[in-house]
Amino acid sequence: MALKKKKTLSGGSVLKVKASVAPLNFGTQWQYVEALEGSDHVKIEPKYGLFIDGKFVEPHSKKYFDTINPANEKVLSKIAEADAHDVNLAVEAARRSYDNVWSKMSGKERGKYLFRIARIMQERARELAVVETLDGGKPIRESKSVDIPLAAAHFFYYAGWADKLEYAFSGRSPRPLGVAAQVIPWNFPLLMAAWKIAPALATGNTVVLKPAETTPLTALKLAEIFQEADLPPGVVNIITGFGATGAELVSHKGVNKVAFTGSTEVGKKINRAILGTDKRITLELGGKSAHLIFEDASIDQAVEGIVNGIFFNQGHVCCAGSRLLVQESVEKIVLRKLFDRMQTLAVGDPMDKNTDIGAINSHEQMKKIEGYIASGKTEGAKLFQTSCRLPSKGFWAKPTVLSEVAQSFRVVQEEIFGPVLTVQSFRTVEEGIEKANNTPYGLAGGVWTDKGSKIFSVSSHLRAGVVWANTYNKFDPTSPFGGYKESGMGREGGISGLLPYVQF
Amino acid sequence: MPRYQFREGVWPTMSLQKIDYSQFRRSPTIDLVGVEERVAKFNSRSIKKESKMFALKLAMSLCDLTTLDAKDTPGKVKQLCAKAMRPHEDLPEVPHVAAVCVYPNMVKIAKKALEGSKINVAAVATGFPSGMTSLKFRLDETRWAVSEGADEIDMVISRGKFLAGEWQTVFDEIVAVKEACGKAHLKVIFETGELSSLDQVRFISDLAMDAGADFIKTSTGKVQPAATLPVTLVMLEAIRDFYYRTGKKIGMKPAGGIATAKIAIQYLVMLKETLGEDWMNPHLYRFGASALANDLLRQIVKEKTGRYQSFDYFSKD
Repeated sequence: MALKKKKTLSGGSVLKVKASVAPLNFGTQWQYVEALEGSDHVKIEPKYGLFIDGKFVEPHSKKYFDTINPANEKVLSKIAEADAHDVNLAVEAARRSYDNVWSKMSGKERGKYLFRIARIMQERARELAVVETLDGGKPIRESKSVDIPLAAAHFFYYAGWADKLEYAFSGRSPRPLGVAAQVIPWNFPLLMAAWKIAPALATGNTVVLKPAETTPLTALKLAEIFQEADLPPGVVNIITGFGATGAELVSHKGVNKVAFTGSTEVGKKINRAILGTDKRITLELGGKSAHLIFEDASIDQAVEGIVNGIFFNQGHVCCAGSRLLVQESVEKIVLRKLFDRMQTLAVGDPMDKNTDIGAINSHEQMKKIEGYIASGKTEGAKLFQTSCRLPSKGFWAKPTVLSEVAQSFRVVQEEIFGPVLTVQSFRTVEEGIEKANNTPYGLAGGVWTDKGSKIFSVSSHLRAGVVWANTYNKFDPTSPFGGYKESGMGREGGISGLLPYVQF
Repeated sequence: MPRYQFREGVWPTMSLQKIDYSQFRRSPTIDLVGVEERVAKFNSRSIKKESKMFALKLAMSLCDLTTLDAKDTPGKVKQLCAKAMRPHEDLPEVPHVAAVCVYPNMVKIAKKALEGSKINVAAVATGFPSGMTSLKFRLDETRWAVSEGADEIDMVISRGKFLAGEWQTVFDEIVAVKEACGKAHLKVIFETGELSSLDQVRFISDLAMDAGADFIKTSTGKVQPAATLPVTLVMLEAIRDFYYRTGKKIGMKPAGGIATAKIAIQYLVMLKETLGEDWMNPHLYRFGASALANDLLRQIVKEKTGRYQSFDYFSKD
C-alpha cells in the first residue's frame, strides 16, 4: 500500500502566530451567575475601641474614623483613633506584661498560647475570611485559600519554636528584646499581623501592633481571639489610627524593637526616626519584581504564572511580579496568550466566589494606579486592558499591561501596587539579568525555563530576597522572606524570622 | 522522503544538506505542577442556578453516547439510539446527544435506528482499542465502517511506535486513515494513560493535528487512567496553538472516566476559559461517556424539582 507523503510532520507547533487569525471568543453565552459567600454569620460591631491591656477601651482623643467596604463604599464600622496618650498606655501595658508575665513564662507555656490562638483562627477561618474580604476588597476565594490558612500556619509554626529556641541558635542562648512596635499594611491585614506577632511572642517579646487605617477589622477580630485564648492582658495590644499614630508608636521611648511592612517611603522615615536609639529594626518594603521568561519555558504555565504574579490580590503585593521580561523569540506568543488569558479574569464583587480580581483597597490607591497608567501612556507605552465591565460603586482597576516600555520609564522603576504589568523583551541571558536587577528594589523574582541548570545560574545572579522557579507567589511559614536594596532589611519567616526578635 | 540515517559513531555534519526535521521534536514543554494548579483554579469555579442548567444541557448535547462491549447486542444499540434521540421522556427540553459511538459491526443498526435524527454515528476503528494490527487491516476496517454509514471514525494511534520514537510512522498512519475516512470526520485517540507524560501528550497532539485530525481524543475508555483534566488542558492548549498558527479549529474529545455532571461541568469551565465559546458546540467538543448522560438528567431533574431521584427512575440505556 503506497502512502502518499504529501504531508510531512512540520515540527509540531513552533510557536508562531498567524496574523490573520481572529481572537478567541470569550463571549457571554455562558455566564457564571453570582455565587455569593454568605456573611450573615459574621458579626461586625458598629464601633471598635483600642485593644489595650486585654480590653477594648475608648480612645483618649474620643475620635473615631470609618472603615469602609471598598467594593461598595459602605461604612462597615467606626474605629478608634489612638493619639500619643493611647500609644503610651499601650506601650506601658506591653512593658508591664513583659516584665511581670511573658518574659518569665517558659517557652513551653508560651507555645501553648500560640497553638491555642492558631486553632481558634482555624475554627473561625470562615468568619475571618469574610471580614478580610469585606474590609479590604480582596476576592473571597483568596482570603479563604491563602490569607487565613497561612496566618494560622504562621502561629502554628512559631508555636513550635517557642520551647526550642536554644536549638535555633546553636551554642547561644537567645533572650527576648522587650516591647515590639509593629506597623503593618493593608494588603494582607491578618496575614501580616500573624507574620509580626507570632515570632515576637514565640521569642518572649510583647507587642503593640498598629494595623492599617483602611483594614483594621481582622486585627481587631484577632484581639477577640486573644481574649478567647486567655492570652495574658498586655501581651498583645492593638491600636488603630493613621500614619501619625504609627509614627508615635515607633518613636516611643519604651519600644525596643520596630518592625514595619509597607512603602519604602515610610520605611525610610521610620529608619530616620529611630536613628541614635538602640531600637532594633526590620523593614519589609516595596518591590518591582521581575519575571524572566526564557524561550525554553513551558509557555502556557509561564503565562499562568505571570497572571498569578501580578493579578493576585489586585497586584497589592509587595513581591508582585510587576515587570515581565520575556525573551525576544517568544515575546509575541507570550503576549498573545497573556491577553487571551486576561480576558477570562472575572473582575467584580469580592464576595462572589467566582471573582478573580476584587476591589482596589482605597480611593487613594485607585487614583495612584490611574496616575501611573496615564504616566506610562505619556511616556510612550502601549496599553492593553481587558474588556471587563467595572461596577459603578467602589474602587476598581482593570487588569492592565503596558508594553513597549523602556527601563527608564516611571512605570518600570517605581512600585505601582496595582494590577499593572510592564513588558520588556531581552535577547541574551545577561541582558535579562541586567534588566531584572536594574531598579532600586530587590524583593523577589521569577525564573521560567525548562532547563534546571539555567534556573540555578540565573537565580544566583538575581539580587532579590526570594526567587521562584517556574512558579510565583508561593508562601510558607518555614521560608524566610525579605528584600535587598530598597526592598528592606531583615528577614521574616522560617528560623531567620526569629533572629530579629532575640539578643544573646 | 529525504531522511538522514544516523550511522554508528558518525555525527551528521553541516555538509549533509537534507535533514528531515520530522525527526526532531519541537513541541513546547509542559510543566506538570503548573498544569495542576491551573486545573485547581478551574475546579474552584462555583457554577450554580441558571449557569448550571445551561451547562447540564450543553453537556448533554456534547455527549457521544457510547457502548463498546463485545457483549453488545443489536437490541442494546437500538435502545441506546432511542435514548440518544430523547434522553428523558418527561424532559422534552433536554437536547439530544451529539453522536452514538459503537463498534463497526453495529454501525448499520445504529444508523437505521437514528434515521431522521441529526445524531451522528461514530465508529471506533483501526484495530480499536490497541491498534496492534497491520496498517492494511486498519485502513480496510476504516473504509468498511464508513461504507456501513459511519459519519465519524475514532481511530487509535500506534502507541508502541510513538513511544519507540517512530513518529513519522505514526504521522503517516494518521494521514492514511484520514484519507480512508473520505467524508467521515476523524477523531484520533491517543490513549494518554499509556503515554507517561504531559510532554508526550502535547507532542502527539501537535503531530496528530498536523497530520489531519479533525478531533483529538484522550482515551479509548479501556485503559486507566482515561481522560483527566490536566491531560485535557494540555490538549486544549495544543488546539489553541494550532489555531493561532493555522486558523483551523480542531475539536476535542475527552473520553472515559467522566461519569458525573460535576466533573463534566469542570471540563466545560476549562473549555470556556481556554478556547472560548466558539468551541462550545458538538462540532468542536464531545464527551465520550456512557454513564454521564444519566447523571446529567438526574441533576437537571434536581435543579427543576429541588430533589434527587434514585437512578431507578432513569433508563440505563
